[in-house]
Order: sequence, then C-alpha cells, then structure tokens
Amino acid sequence: MINAGIVTVSYIIATILFILALGGLSNQETARRGNWYGIIGMAIALIATILGVVTAQYTILLVALLIGGSIGLFAASRVQMTQMPELVAILHSLVGVAAVAVGYVNFMDPTEHLTGVELTIHDIETYLGILIGAVTFSGSVIAFGKLSGRITGNPMILPARHWLNLGLLIGAIWFGREFVMQSAAGTGMEPLIIMTVIALLFGIHMVMAIGGADMPVVVSMLNSYSGWAASATGFMLGNDLLIVTGALVGSSGAILSYIMCRAMNRKFLAVIAGGFGTGGGAAAKGGGEDQGEVIPIDPLETAELLANAKEVMIIPGYGMAVAQAQHTVFEITRTLREKGVNVRFGIHPVAGRMPGHMNVLLAEARVPYDIVYEMDEINEDFPDVDVSVVIGANDIVNPSALTDPDSPIAGMPVLECWKGEVSIVLKRSMATGYAGVQNPLFFLDNTRMLFGDAKATLDEVLKNI
Amino acid sequence: MRIGVPKEIYEGECRVATTPDVVTQLKKLGFDVAVESGAGEKSSYSDDAYREAGCEVIDTAGDLWSKSDIVLKVRAPEGDEAARLRADQTLISFLWPAQNPELLKQLTETGGTVMAMDSVPRISRAQKVDALSSMANIAGYRAVVEAAQHFGRFFTGQITAAGKVPPAKVLVIGAGVAGLAAIGAAKSMGAIVRSFDTRPEVREQVESMDAEFLMLDFEDDEDGAGEGGYAKVMSEAFIKAEMELFAEQARDVDIIITTALIPGKPAPKLITAETARSMKDGSVIVDLAAEQGGNCELTVPGEVAHDSGVTIIGYTDLPSRLAAQSSQLYATNLRHLLTDLTPEKDGNIVVDMEDEVIRGTTVCKDFDTTWPPPAPKLSAAPPKAAPAPAPVAKEKKPKSFVGAAIGMAVAGIALLGLGAVAPASFMAHFTVFVLACFVGYMVIWNVTAALHTPLMSVTNAISSIIVIGALMQISSDNPLTMWIAAVTVGITSINIAGGFAVTRRMLEMFRK
Repeated sequence: MINAGIVTVSYIIATILFILALGGLSNQETARRGNWYGIIGMAIALIATILGVVTAQYTILLVALLIGGSIGLFAASRVQMTQMPELVAILHSLVGVAAVAVGYVNFMDPTEHLTGVELTIHDIETYLGILIGAVTFSGSVIAFGKLSGRITGNPMILPARHWLNLGLLIGAIWFGREFVMQSAAGTGMEPLIIMTVIALLFGIHMVMAIGGADMPVVVSMLNSYSGWAASATGFMLGNDLLIVTGALVGSSGAILSYIMCRAMNRKFLAVIAGGFGTGGGAAAKGGGEDQGEVIPIDPLETAELLANAKEVMIIPGYGMAVAQAQHTVFEITRTLREKGVNVRFGIHPVAGRMPGHMNVLLAEARVPYDIVYEMDEINEDFPDVDVSVVIGANDIVNPSALTDPDSPIAGMPVLECWKGEVSIVLKRSMATGYAGVQNPLFFLDNTRMLFGDAKATLDEVLKNI
Repeated sequence: MRIGVPKEIYEGECRVATTPDVVTQLKKLGFDVAVESGAGEKSSYSDDAYREAGCEVIDTAGDLWSKSDIVLKVRAPEGDEAARLRADQTLISFLWPAQNPELLKQLTETGGTVMAMDSVPRISRAQKVDALSSMANIAGYRAVVEAAQHFGRFFTGQITAAGKVPPAKVLVIGAGVAGLAAIGAAKSMGAIVRSFDTRPEVREQVESMDAEFLMLDFEDDEDGAGEGGYAKVMSEAFIKAEMELFAEQARDVDIIITTALIPGKPAPKLITAETARSMKDGSVIVDLAAEQGGNCELTVPGEVAHDSGVTIIGYTDLPSRLAAQSSQLYATNLRHLLTDLTPEKDGNIVVDMEDEVIRGTTVCKDFDTTWPPPAPKLSAAPPKAAPAPAPVAKEKKPKSFVGAAIGMAVAGIALLGLGAVAPASFMAHFTVFVLACFVGYMVIWNVTAALHTPLMSVTNAISSIIVIGALMQISSDNPLTMWIAAVTVGITSINIAGGFAVTRRMLEMFRK
C-alpha cells in the first residue's frame, strides 16, 4: 500500500524515537516522555511494516496482535513491584523465542536465493540469531524460575562445569560449520536443530550455576542477549531497524552487567562461571570466628533513637522486598520528616535482584526520589548520620570488604554505615549473608540488632514513634 | 556476697560509687548492697532513695567495711581505709598505682584483692568499664562551664543594636575523650574552637565536631600515638615546635583548655608562664591535667589562680562538680565490671586472671602485686572512633597497554578480513550495527542508576522490534510458515504491550 521508501523513512523515524526513549531515562523528569517516544516509535514501525510489507493474512495478524497485547497489558497491570525481576526475565525469554522462530522460518522459507559468500554470511547470521535466541530463552526461563522461587536460588554446581561449557561451545561451533556446508547443498535442518538443543542446554546450565544475589548481573546479561538476538535477526533479514534497535538494547544490557559487576568488585566472567562463595577457605574462616556479642534492641528503643535523631539513613536490601516492608518504611520516613528528621535512603547498586530494584520498590511506596541516593553520593556523609537503619541487607554493609583482604567480598564497595553514630540492623536471625561471610558490623559497639520479620518489627517501630 | 559503699572521705569529693538505679541492677546479679549513711548526700541521692532501691543503710564506715565482701569506692583509699581491707575482701576504686607505689604496697600486704578502675585496659570490649573515659567526658564538659564562669564575655558572636560581639576563641589542647567533650560543649555554646593533638589520627574526629585542627609545621612525621591509644612523650624538636605554636595561638585565643596527659608520667608543661601572661586580659586557662602537675606553669592544683589578668583554673575535682551525673556513670562502669566478674549471676565474684579486662584491672591479689599487667594484645582505637578500615588495595592493576594493543590489532585484522570477503550489502549493515553500538553506549551511560529497572523493561519492549521479522513472514503462502509467524507476532506483542505498560507504571511512581 505504501512504497519501500516510505517504509524505510518510517524505520529511521522509529530508530530515532527509540534512541530518544533511552536518552529520556537519564532523569526522572524526562523518563515518562521517553517512554512515550518508545511507544510511538514502535507504533510507527508496526504500522509501516503492516501497510508496506504485509500482503495477506491481515485478520490473523490483528488477532495475534490483540491477543498478545492484551496478555501483555494484563500482566503489566497485575504484577507486584517486588516481582518485577521475574516479569523482566520472562519477557526476555519471549524475545528469545521470537528470535528462534523467525530464524527457523527464514531458513525454511527464504525470500531471496543467495549463493557463494553471501549465502555463507546469511547462514552464519541465521545460525547466530537462533543460537543467541535459544540461550536467551532457556536462560531467561531458568532465571524466572529462580527469581520467583520455583527453582532454588542456590547455585547448582556440576562437576567439571567449565569443561562442560567449553564442550557445548565447541559443539556449537562444529555444528555451525556443518550447517553452513549442508546449507550450501540445500539441506542443513539437522545441525540447526542439534545446535538449538545445545544452546538451550547451555542457557539452562549457565543460569543454574549462578546464585541468587548475582541475579542482577544475570538479568542484565539476558537483557543484553535479547538485544543481540534481535540484531542478529536484523542482519539475517537485512533490516537496519532491527540491527540498530538490537545493538542499542545489547549495549544497554552489557553496560548494566558491567555496572553490576563493578559494584560487586567481580569479574564478569567470574560471575557467569558461577559458584560464588564455594572456593577457598576464607569464607569458612569468616564464619567460624568468634566475633563477640551482638547488642539487641527492641522496637520501642528503635523508635526512640529514630525520633531523637537529626540525620537518619535507611539502607534497604533484598530482605525489605521479601518482607514487603517498603510501605511501612515510607510511613516511618514520612512521620520522621514531619518531625524535622532528615531521612535519606542509601542504595547499593546490587541491592535486590535486579538493577534499580530498590528504587522501584521505594518509588512504589511513594518515597520521593530526591531523598533516595546512590552509594557514591552518600557514602561520605555517614560520619554525620545519627542513625542508620539496615533493612534486610548484609553483604552490602560488610566492613570486612574493606578491611579483610582474604574475604570473598574483599574490595567490593560497601555502604560504610558503621561510621555513623548508631546502626540498627533488621534481620531475621544471625545467619550469614549470601556470600557466606560473617558480618563484623553486627558485633560493633555502635550496632544494634533488631531481630524479627522486617515488616512486623517496623510496624511496631512506627506505632511508637 | 555483700557489696559495701562507704562515704568518700577525700576533702570536697562529692561522688559516690553507686546510685539507687544501679543498686537495683546489682541486686539482679545476686548481690546484697549496703551504703554508709549519707554516702550519696552530696550527689543528691538520699538515704531513703537507697532504702527504696532495696539497699541497707549502715551508720558507720567501720561497720560497713567489716560487714562487706566487696567495697566500691571512687577515690583511692586513704588514711585508715587501706588498713581496713581484709584478705577475703575485694576493693574496687580509682587507685593510680603508678603514682601511689606506697599505697599499692600497703594494700598488697593486706592480702585483699584490689581492682583499679584507672587500669582498665583500653580494648573495645572494656569500653563499658572504662571509668576514665566517662569521667574525662564529664571533666571536658565541666571545663567549658568553668571557663564560661570566669570568662567575662559571651561565647557566641552576636550583632546587636548595641554593637557587635565577637565570638570567643577556644583552644583545646589534647583531643582525647575530655578534649572532644570540651570541643563539643564549647562549640555548642557558639565559640570558635581550635584543637591540637600530637596524634594525627584524631584530626578526623576533631574535624567531625566542626572544630579546626591545628597542624604543626614539623618536618619529621612523628606520630604521637602510644600504646593503648594514649599519647606518648614526643621528641625535643617536636615539643619545641609545639610550644611555638601554643605561644602564637595564646595571643589570639580567649580560652585555653589543656587536657594533655601521658599515662604514668607527670603532665607535660605546654603553656609556659610567659605564654600564659601573653594572653589578652580576661582570658581563661582551664588545666585539666592539674592533678598530674598541670600543663600550665602557672597552675595551682585545686585552685583558681590569677596572673596578669589571666585566670588559671586548676580544679582537680571537675567530675565531682557534676556529682549526680558522674556518680551515675561511674556506678554503671562498676556494675559492668561486676557483671563480668559474676558469670553465674549468683552474687559470687570470680576473679578470672585469664580474662584480659579483669587481669588488667586487678592490681593486687593474694599478697602479690599484679601491676603492671602484661601489655594488651590489641591497641585500641581511640574511643568513639569507628574501626577505621584500612582500604584494601583498591586500585586495579593498570591495564596492560600491550594487551589492549594486541586486542585492537586482532579485532582490526578480523574486520579487514571480513571486509575483504563480505559483500557490500553486508558491510552497509555492519556499519550501521557498529555505529548503533556506539550510540547505545553513549546514551546508556547517562541513564541514572535509579532508573535501571525501567531501563530494562523499556529495552525489553523495544527489543521486541523483532516482530518486524515475523510480520515479513506472515504473508507467506506456506501455512506452516504463516502460523509460526502468527504465533511469533502474538508472543512479541505480549512483550511490546507488557514492556511499555509496566515501564509506564513504574515511571508514574517516581515522584518528588
């Protein structure tokens, strides 16, 4: 209905709008507008394609769009903010499936017939698109299972897992060669299917070996993969819009993974190889040492400390999400602020199970974002803080990361709450954190332990302020 | 066991070694408690208050000493008190064994157990027992109050209709517990506060209290931190530089509070008579080291001296001047020590010489002098100082330039190889791809950390652009192809709608 030139121009417009959408996220003010740019860009791309490329099956197309769209809207409106990591993971898996499906269809039903080098390159593109798509799919499904608690969060360590991964990689490359050769002869379905199975297994194995607290890295890595899958598909179809969008998403996920790894002071490869906290005797040493006594505190005293403080810093961790305590935290914040207490939030980059997880939870609880600070912004302010409240966090406030070179988390930047007057740590019990390292913070003279379920105890604190 | 608390006999001593509050807690440990009649009078604790707390009140000191198993005192025993100690008794008080060797000898000969509250080792675990710190804290505060009393002007600066009042300038020498307390008190009254200490690591603490830390222009990096967190004797050259600094400061400041003490040594003379006299008329010097001889040459221990318009306060009983407060803190320190001494909470004390705190505090036992104790295992951080984490080598190894160069060369050759064989259409796409990666890189670094979750959901939504691929295939005549494409369109549209909708929901929540 419309000619190829107009379709191309629409694609360029869509590309620009996508870049603007990502650029808008640089601050909260422009982010909403950015999201609309994204929606408009997507709409333009869809309409242009439907009008310019699609020639038949409009009914099926529209029905599929409507069904999918309604499922998506329904899921988006129902999801709890604490479940965001799961939702994001499962949405990634859908991109993976789509990449695999488009790749297979393209291979079975080529629209253009190529020969020579062009065919080889096209085959490699197809192969890569399906490979990345399949890894994204199975990896995301496992990540979804882990995040939603359907699969245990502990890393599953197979013997010789590095060799296994290497074997799978070599297998994938060998079948890739087979595929290219057979494809030139007109067949090639067989190696393609074998490779898909290998890729699925690889995705499962990779994510299974990664523990719960490394999930921010995994989720952002899968985010990146879904982008590269789209990009590879774009090469296969010769479509610049897909290539550009895929590259944008891919680099976004890669940067997020890098930021997360830096926040844990760990190498990306080490996270992906999995099995954190199992190697070396250092972890056992930290746990076994007699660190002295902790000083417990009750909600009443906590309320008194908070009410008498001038500067309060709240440090939330995954425990706050688990206990769904963010609304109570906000109520406490509001009450204290009305009394003239300066309450701020300090967020560690890897707090929670997804980049930015804590920010979203606090935003949901209507905590104003201008009192929520990043670690780098507030770490120097701790000496002036009267009371720090650590809610369900452990490793991100562990002083041994800075003091003990043998600690498994040595060198990881942490929130230095012990420099303040008093730290109150909310915890269920004295169990060690994810890294299996005992936390010397709990035994300091200026630390008070408030044991119990975070929500129940905070409700109690709120009543007494 | 019965605890006895006699009335302090030292002239002018107003403190008492236990208070009604603490008596209640001591009884929980299984002790019986008796006080001498009138023991708490000067610190505003009446005999009736003790009786209400379940304490026996005994009329004479003699009776009290003979009926008690444990005697708690503030000041070191003097006169006939030392002679009253029996072999089966335990005495806990301040003692200053280094300054009072005769007394220590006399007490050892009685065979009783004596624990000196001034000998508590400075380790973190013993902070709750550290009576020196709690008394020093009070002394520091009181020093400022005394200075204000004798200083004929405001501390705070004001601009009034009747003219401008400059703020007082206070110099605090020695930033230990007393010094920091004095800084805090003077600061909160509005004065300009400067402080000096030979231990450079206290600089941070001084600055954290919003006071100015004076640096010494001295070549060698001499660190004044001695064993156990106290200061040590400095070199001659250092002291000379230090004295020059004080002489210069003295002409400028209105009030000097000196708190410099070196354990077991007479107090260093930091303010010469000449320096003191060079101060402005009406200036005040408060010498907290008066009992150990004083930091100022003009100090008369226990008295207020006047010389050339300068008032020099040499009170040795500053904690006693806030008797109710200091009694309460001292009594609490004693209770913590007694808690450590009665592990079974059955009112029977066990002097466990394996315990570092108890070992350090005990100065004589069973006719043996056990002072001085072996050196403490750990050097304690100064009080209130958080364990300053020595940063573990944070810097990463500088990336090897050679490695980077090799990496780039390999990538360059690979690209050239690709360019040599690949068709033009591929290279056009490839150009777009590489450029897009760079655009993505630039744009994403600007995204604020708080919006990382929305970033993931929105990138997830736009990566569903893969739907275009499915749309291209849906018009195929092959039914299998068509249906697969249709399903793919359905799946990706879940993603598109879900991704954008959830992003919008999240962004709506972010508000100021």
